[in-house]
Amino acid sequence: MSARGSRGTVTIATERCKGCELCIPACPPRVLAMSQERNALGVPYPELLPGCTGCGACLLVCPDFCFEVFRFDAPAAREGVAR
Amino acid sequence: MRQLMEGSEAIAEASIAAGCRFFAGYPMTPFTELLESFAKKLPAVGGVCINAESELESIGMAWGALATGARAATGSTGQGIALMQESLSEITRAELPLVLFHMARGQSDYFQATRGGGHGDYRHLVFAPIDVTEATHLAQEAFDLADRWRNPVQIYGDYLLAHTAEAVEIEPLRFEALPPKDWAVDGSLGGSGRARNINPIGMEKGRKGIEPEPFWKRLQAKHDAMERALPRHEAEHTEDAELVVVAFGTLARFARYVVRALRREGRRVGYFRPVTLWPFPSDALREATGSARRVAVLEMNAGQMIDDVRLALLGSRPVVAIGGISSDSAGFGIGPLLDADNVRERVEGALAGREVAA
Amino acid sequence: MSTRHEGLPANARQVGLEKPALQYGVDHDLCPGCGEPLALRCLLETIEELGCAQRAIGVIGIGCYTALTPLMDIDLVQALHGRAPSVATGVKRMRPEGLVVALQGDGDMVSEGLQEVLHTAARGEPLTCVLLNNGVFGETGGHMTATTVLGQRTKNSLDGRDAAYHGHPILIADLLAQLDGTAYAARASVHDAAGVARTKRMLRRALEVQLEGRGFSFVEILTMCPTGWFLPTAQGPEYLDRVLGSVHVVGELKREGRFVPTAQLAQGARAS
Repeated sequence: MSARGSRGTVTIATERCKGCELCIPACPPRVLAMSQERNALGVPYPELLPGCTGCGACLLVCPDFCFEVFRFDAPAAREGVAR
Repeated sequence: MRQLMEGSEAIAEASIAAGCRFFAGYPMTPFTELLESFAKKLPAVGGVCINAESELESIGMAWGALATGARAATGSTGQGIALMQESLSEITRAELPLVLFHMARGQSDYFQATRGGGHGDYRHLVFAPIDVTEATHLAQEAFDLADRWRNPVQIYGDYLLAHTAEAVEIEPLRFEALPPKDWAVDGSLGGSGRARNINPIGMEKGRKGIEPEPFWKRLQAKHDAMERALPRHEAEHTEDAELVVVAFGTLARFARYVVRALRREGRRVGYFRPVTLWPFPSDALREATGSARRVAVLEMNAGQMIDDVRLALLGSRPVVAIGGISSDSAGFGIGPLLDADNVRERVEGALAGREVAA
Repeated sequence: MSTRHEGLPANARQVGLEKPALQYGVDHDLCPGCGEPLALRCLLETIEELGCAQRAIGVIGIGCYTALTPLMDIDLVQALHGRAPSVATGVKRMRPEGLVVALQGDGDMVSEGLQEVLHTAARGEPLTCVLLNNGVFGETGGHMTATTVLGQRTKNSLDGRDAAYHGHPILIADLLAQLDGTAYAARASVHDAAGVARTKRMLRRALEVQLEGRGFSFVEILTMCPTGWFLPTAQGPEYLDRVLGSVHVVGELKREGRFVPTAQLAQGARAS
């Protein structure tokens, strides 16, 4: 069930996100992007694209403690070009 | 064993007997010798005395020491107490048991001590000792009452008290047991989910925001209870007095001496001394002046305690000022009023219904 | 268990916790893009990693960060604006075994309380002062402080801080580092993940100095304040690095007796 080329993943508390976008440039493989959705606060929040390395940079820079970070113990299945 | 001790030294000794283990201060006449005494005596009992770099830092350091549950004190004279006002107000709301030695330059800091110059609604218990012996008792009571009510207590002293040497014996007074200070910070509740936050605005862990109004009202209720429980006074010869002389602090010693002398000569004069400046012993004053035709207020200032006397009596009998501004060439409050003959002349003037010049 | 964890593969191992163990909850009302919660995370994690949760006593100044105190699961004493260093001194003198950390903003420490922090450092009080520096009085609405840099727009320097009219910023880390009582002084920044990691390293060194009784330690942490800087949140980190970071330069200014002034840091020197 791992996403293609991902070595890790995150959970995002999108309901608490204040839409500051600090996580977007902080992510080294650039796999966070602001989605088109809005949470109940009316604020856009990020979504995770394939290629997460589980480095935790997003967690370090989020002022609202929205992230939890996970790494996959076994390598993910590689079917396409790794990022 | 009685020994000759200057007021400053005796007060420090009494405070240490009461368990004071922290003092911070900034030198200023006539408070300086109190700081010197604590600096000399505290290390010997494992206590801490810091020469702070300002009065603001003095009270800040005392605040921190109090927060750890220690018995701590600071002080100054009027000008330095003026600098401490924000902290004095907030320490009261943080419910910390500060003892403040207000060694004044005379009696013109009565308003400062009793009304406070800090912001908001707050009250301090204020004791004004008449002599060194009483000061050594009140200093000890101050530490007990501060802990008992979790509220600052002031000792209003002055140059005369600080620098007069009297034969005293510092006997540690015994007090009823106090509850443990489980509110004090020592780090131990870190990580427990119940860590402490000693703060003056009612902040609580795990709860966003504050509600100042119920917090301040609870504090007011405590101060109302203090006002009912804590007034104290000394009175002599008031039962049939036609004139009652009201005085506080070291000047009251002269008033008492003169009243006693006049009584021996058959004059119907009485003496009343508030021992607590706040709460002002209004009920006792009303009772003591029940038969008086006139009440004479003797104080070394432009008229401060007289406001509280008038409030207590509410126009029920005439109140006259027989004191006034009185100081020496250095402004330390050792002025012409500290003289029994001068005081006697003024009391006699009041007895005769004459205007007494300030 | 969070509903967000549904759908996680079985071989997913958590490496990043939502919040530090010494933090109650995650709900706070500080602005989007504020750097102060990042600094809080660094501090609480470092205290826990040092095994000092039951020794730590925080002394907190007055600023936006004061609203973070309900989140801090360590014993705290709230101080007045500018006064945390003297309160922390009283705490440490009476509880020398405590790990005493004062937390203040730049308006608090460098404007109102400049005297207090200088004297505390000069006396070599073995406690740690942490400065959250965003160059504005955030809580009152974004006004100039003693650390605001030249050219920085604030509510009362709308055309940018002008030396002729407003004077120059104070580089507090330099003032403190020069005092013999200061054993460690450093500047950190939370504008990116590397900066956050460096912030933790510097906090750890500072707290270790206290634990070893070697004297006063100081860490300045540059934090984003997009609200006070009139910026969209996403531009906060770059502004921090470029505008504040070029004046209050990140690095270690005092370590093991050696003082490296900001001017040298700016040229890329290191303290050790």
